[in-house]
Amino acid sequence: MNKVRFFWLYAALAAALLSLCCIGLMRGSVQIPLRDVARILTGSFDGREAWRHIVLESRLPQTLTALLAGAALAVSGLMLQTLFKNPLAGPSILGISDGANLGVAVAMIWLGAASYLSTILAALIGAGVVLLLILWFSRRVRGSVMLLIIGLMLGYLASSVISILNYHASADKVHQYVMWGMGDFSGVSIAKLPWLAGFVLAGLGASLLMVKPLNALLLGDAYAANLGVNVRRTRFLVLACTGVLTAVVTAFCGPISFIGLVVPHIARMLTGTDNHRHLLPVTLLSGACIATLCSILTVWPGSNSLLPLSAITPIIGAPVIIYVIVNRRNFHYFQ
Amino acid sequence: MSLPAAIQTRSLSIGYPVRGGGKRVVHAGLDLALEAGCVTCLLGRNGAGKSTLLRTLCGLQPPLAGEVLLEGESLRTLSPAALSTRVGVVLTVRDYPGGITVYELVSLGRYPHTGFFGSLGVADHAVVREALGAVGIAAKADRLLSELSDGERQKAYIAKTLAQECPVILLDEPTAFLDVPSRMETWETLRRLAHGRRKAVLLSTHDVESAVRMADRLWLLPETDPEGASGAVLCGSPAEMAADGTLENFFGVRLPQGGF
Repeated sequence: MNKVRFFWLYAALAAALLSLCCIGLMRGSVQIPLRDVARILTGSFDGREAWRHIVLESRLPQTLTALLAGAALAVSGLMLQTLFKNPLAGPSILGISDGANLGVAVAMIWLGAASYLSTILAALIGAGVVLLLILWFSRRVRGSVMLLIIGLMLGYLASSVISILNYHASADKVHQYVMWGMGDFSGVSIAKLPWLAGFVLAGLGASLLMVKPLNALLLGDAYAANLGVNVRRTRFLVLACTGVLTAVVTAFCGPISFIGLVVPHIARMLTGTDNHRHLLPVTLLSGACIATLCSILTVWPGSNSLLPLSAITPIIGAPVIIYVIVNRRNFHYFQ
Repeated sequence: MSLPAAIQTRSLSIGYPVRGGGKRVVHAGLDLALEAGCVTCLLGRNGAGKSTLLRTLCGLQPPLAGEVLLEGESLRTLSPAALSTRVGVVLTVRDYPGGITVYELVSLGRYPHTGFFGSLGVADHAVVREALGAVGIAAKADRLLSELSDGERQKAYIAKTLAQECPVILLDEPTAFLDVPSRMETWETLRRLAHGRRKAVLLSTHDVESAVRMADRLWLLPETDPEGASGAVLCGSPAEMAADGTLENFFGVRLPQGGF
């Protein structure tokens, strides 16, 4: 693909993201015209106070959260797929989300922690433990399918510990945890948003700095080492980066499946390359677009409540993965 | 020969550390010299330690004892970045990234020479194009690796090594999985690089017949006994070794049905 086509691809993705954000701000239980949304955002709106409140306190944080979370999960998925040389790797498949989940469950139910900083910390610890286990197993298990199965098993283990925790917890704590576990972009208030944005932007920035070593890792560890890459350090940095991105998103939005797994595939179809120089930014933008779209779809027409995100992402994700697997001969990256 | 050795080993022991602090020695006391401008072929049966030796010579695996000298400098004192401009490898890895082009693969050979973001300068592009031309794959530069035949892909990997601009190229069974024409082309490419560009080329193979006809030097790696004792590595030119019966002895004993 040449430079001109990449330029148009980036332009199209940016335009799609912008329009999806506008739709996200307009649509809801109350329809607000785009002109008024623009006035509210620029501070020149002098109409109903309720509209200003809806846009600034509810829809704007929800849209921005979706955008950040989608980009974060998609980029983590891509980095994990490159690191494990497995196109079916992803934060939710390898049990990293479940690890973060367990961390939050322990913090919420057992320790009774309520502040979002302790939730983030708990999610980070949980995700970090699973990442280290996966890394440990990846040295001992040959074959990437086996590693995926170990990831699934770790996920099941985490879920069963969560169930046991739930069994012994009081009803209101369980309710609080179950609501969080549905996955939700609307739970992040405008006050908490800078925390999410700070962590996510730091993680995404770090991932963009790793384009060169990620490309070398495509060739395999031995070739990468021969090119002068410090493979052990690079692997650690990639895992730390994916761990932070996944854990922070999970802590704020609950477990979100499929985005990390699916978006890198969509990005590969769009770009036709494994070269991270373009694949990584396109994955980032596509992740933001798709998560914003999912966030829009949680608003059921004519209803006041939001559908859980966990009901939407598989509808978009599962068909793409089935399509990719069925047609894998046509996709160069499956060889 | 009056030429300085591209790689020299001094009482080198190769093998693996095993659990509990022990070592599994595959070969000990190796004193080898790899010469520039020659294609040297490493022959030996499966399990004789060909891959272990190659991996040790390029620093992918630490020696158990002794040392490896690259143009007189100890491997131990070279940084990974410096090492990557001295020795390039082509391995028998059957999985490759299907979704990058030949040009992108060869560009990755510039990894040690480019900056933080890996952007290629004008000079780097020139080296990449030159490497593509040298192995005769320039016409397929924009193809994805998944669209190539096994032989073409092997050439692309050799071009990647050339773009690294190392004086030494090590190849682990580069002709395995190739059909006969691609095998011969790969041999021709390696001979051209060794003779024309004074590269030191060391490759392992099971294809004894081609090795005897095409290589300038042979290293015959004997099998290790269970006790860990092994015979010396036999070095020489194919013609000498065929004339004095070394080849026949080496393979005749191991291959009772007549060797090659």
